[in-house]
Amino acid sequence: MIKASTPAFRSPVEIVQITPAARAAATDSGHSNPMVAISGLYKSYGGFEVLKGCNLVVDRGEVVVICGPSGSGKSTLIKCMNGLQPFDRGSLAVDGVAVGDRVSDMTRLRARIGMVFQHFELYPHLTVLQNICLAQVHVLKRSKGDAQAKARALLARVGLPDKERAYPAQLSGGQQQRVAIARALAMDPVAMLFDEPTSALDPEMIGEVLAVMLELARDGMTMIVVTHEMGFARKAADRVVFMDRGAIVETAPTKQFFDAPRAERAQLFLSRILSH
Amino acid sequence: MTIAGLDFGVIQRALPFLLEGLALSFFLTAVAMLGGIVLGLALAVVRLSGWKVAAILAAGYVNGFRAIPLVLVIFWFYFLVPLALGHSVGALQSVIIAFILFEAAYYSEIFRAGLKSIRPGQWQAAYASGLVYFQALRFVILPQALRNMMPLMITQAVVLFQDTSLVYVISLRDFMTSVSIVANRDNRQIETYLFAALVYFVVCAIGVASAKRLSAPGRAA
Amino acid sequence: MNYSWNWSILIQQPYLGWLISGLELTLVISLSAWVLALIAGTLVGVVGTLPHRLPRALAVIYVGLFRNVPLLLQLFLWFFVVPELVPGGWGHWLKRDLPFPEFWTSILALGLFTSARVAVQVGSGITAVSRAQRMAAFASGMSVAQTYRLVLLPQAFRIVLPPLTSDFLTVFKNSSLALTIGVFELTAQSRQIESFTFQGFEAFTAATLVYLVIALLVTFFMRALERRVSLPDSMGAAS
Repeated sequence: MIKASTPAFRSPVEIVQITPAARAAATDSGHSNPMVAISGLYKSYGGFEVLKGCNLVVDRGEVVVICGPSGSGKSTLIKCMNGLQPFDRGSLAVDGVAVGDRVSDMTRLRARIGMVFQHFELYPHLTVLQNICLAQVHVLKRSKGDAQAKARALLARVGLPDKERAYPAQLSGGQQQRVAIARALAMDPVAMLFDEPTSALDPEMIGEVLAVMLELARDGMTMIVVTHEMGFARKAADRVVFMDRGAIVETAPTKQFFDAPRAERAQLFLSRILSH
Repeated sequence: MTIAGLDFGVIQRALPFLLEGLALSFFLTAVAMLGGIVLGLALAVVRLSGWKVAAILAAGYVNGFRAIPLVLVIFWFYFLVPLALGHSVGALQSVIIAFILFEAAYYSEIFRAGLKSIRPGQWQAAYASGLVYFQALRFVILPQALRNMMPLMITQAVVLFQDTSLVYVISLRDFMTSVSIVANRDNRQIETYLFAALVYFVVCAIGVASAKRLSAPGRAA
Repeated sequence: MNYSWNWSILIQQPYLGWLISGLELTLVISLSAWVLALIAGTLVGVVGTLPHRLPRALAVIYVGLFRNVPLLLQLFLWFFVVPELVPGGWGHWLKRDLPFPEFWTSILALGLFTSARVAVQVGSGITAVSRAQRMAAFASGMSVAQTYRLVLLPQAFRIVLPPLTSDFLTVFKNSSLALTIGVFELTAQSRQIESFTFQGFEAFTAATLVYLVIALLVTFFMRALERRVSLPDSMGAAS
């Protein structure tokens, strides 16, 4: 913060160097132009309330980990963010676009947000290369040559340069998930959503996927990750969000969350999950 | 040629006539299959889409046609088509319409089950990358579904081939009708009907065997 | 389209009487054929799952024969050909002395045709019951017959109740083929009315509505049956 004094007369207001974090600290809802802005989100499914008034703001470049016991609504919340799940009440804006708007806006939004699923969801009838190129060609209207070049570059980046002609069934779970990450990155997204990306993997393959995700975080990608992997949270997350039974119980910067969680349920959850 | 006292020469002499009938049976099967698949696919896609009104209408169509006998459908269109067009129409034309509309209901059920059997995660992954409904259907869902449904579609074609024998009720000269004409004309029911059974058996058995081969496990995705 | 409507013929005699007698024949033929199909089909289905090669082959041949020949042709074979091929006295009786031969032939032909489908369903239902169940039964000393009767078949039928429903419905639709050998069931009667009164729309609509009602009733009844006999948490992929 730099103090600047006025030449002619003294202003009672200090002019400060503005950083996003400083801005956030200085004002109440102090984010302007956030990547994700959720306010009062409610969702019911078959008479059961899955989301009970969630509020969350995620800034550009932030890495946020969402954790909590199963059934807490984490997956539902993240799927609302790119419109895969509709919600009943509240407001949700992603990259400036209000979710729930016209279908064409939603489609364009989805092209700018990447998503990685728990069960990879690679297209089994297409090769790895075709998987990564499909949306590039049909949504972004890139030429086949450009799409393939990009795909190859991304495959190299996730450590699978020689797998472009393989079919998903021929790859291990960890390899499939890395291809899925490459597929999402091929769209040059402004943010990436991860829905329990390592929950369906055998333990020895979790590391390779987390390594790719760590690199993404270091390169400045806005990431929202639903996960149980607390090691990843400690290394890469700016903030941790704890959900329980449909509500956001606690939001805190990573260090604070792990050292001194305020909510009792969060403490309980942490102690259980870290005692493994 | 006589076997065990039965004179199969009757069939030899009538062979050209019978083969013409068989050709018509195959023709009917092919046309009804093509029309039925196109219309059936459209019906299935409509039923799985979000357009509530259209989906209900499509469901009504499918369930309605699947609840009534094919013979009745043949009679319906034999009566209705000339009336609607205002002039008399050959039996073949009205029967083709009847078969296409009837088969579409059955193919639509096959397609609906096939499309629903694709994991919802595949739809989500397609949408998440910005594809719209018809793009997801065309590039992601249908290729997988068609592969799974191929054996069922072939089995349905075999059933359809057998169903074409029902044009007997309006005396259209397919294989079945031609066989019965020869049987009655020469009073040789045993030989002709046994021959007909053999022909149908061979054709259908080949069809069923190819369907089995396609559904054998171990095929690459 | 110039057509003069006259829905009242449906409630006039003799047309109403024709429809009712047609419906009666449809119902009797369909239900009798279904019972025959269940008995024969279960037998063949069970035989097809036995551990010996010969019975399995016989079951496969049975199913292959009845499924690869159109029902119409099977009807003609039973009606025209079998009485000629059957040895002396029987053939005579079939051709001369049996009252309403077309009625009995229809039931036999439809029943056996459908039994092949039932056999396939029952067979797949039995194989769907886990091998462990069969082994548990044997281990407790049950004979093969007891195993099938007490353990395998009860579970198999519950599993295949949904596809059997569709086969049951098909029997009603296939009963219409009896008209080709002179049985005046429902569809035949509606055609009769059409040729007598030229009111095809009304006549065929009546038949259509009756078949739709039959379909609804059968589906409703079978679903109720499914719910009544279903084992907890085993309603399977169908629901």
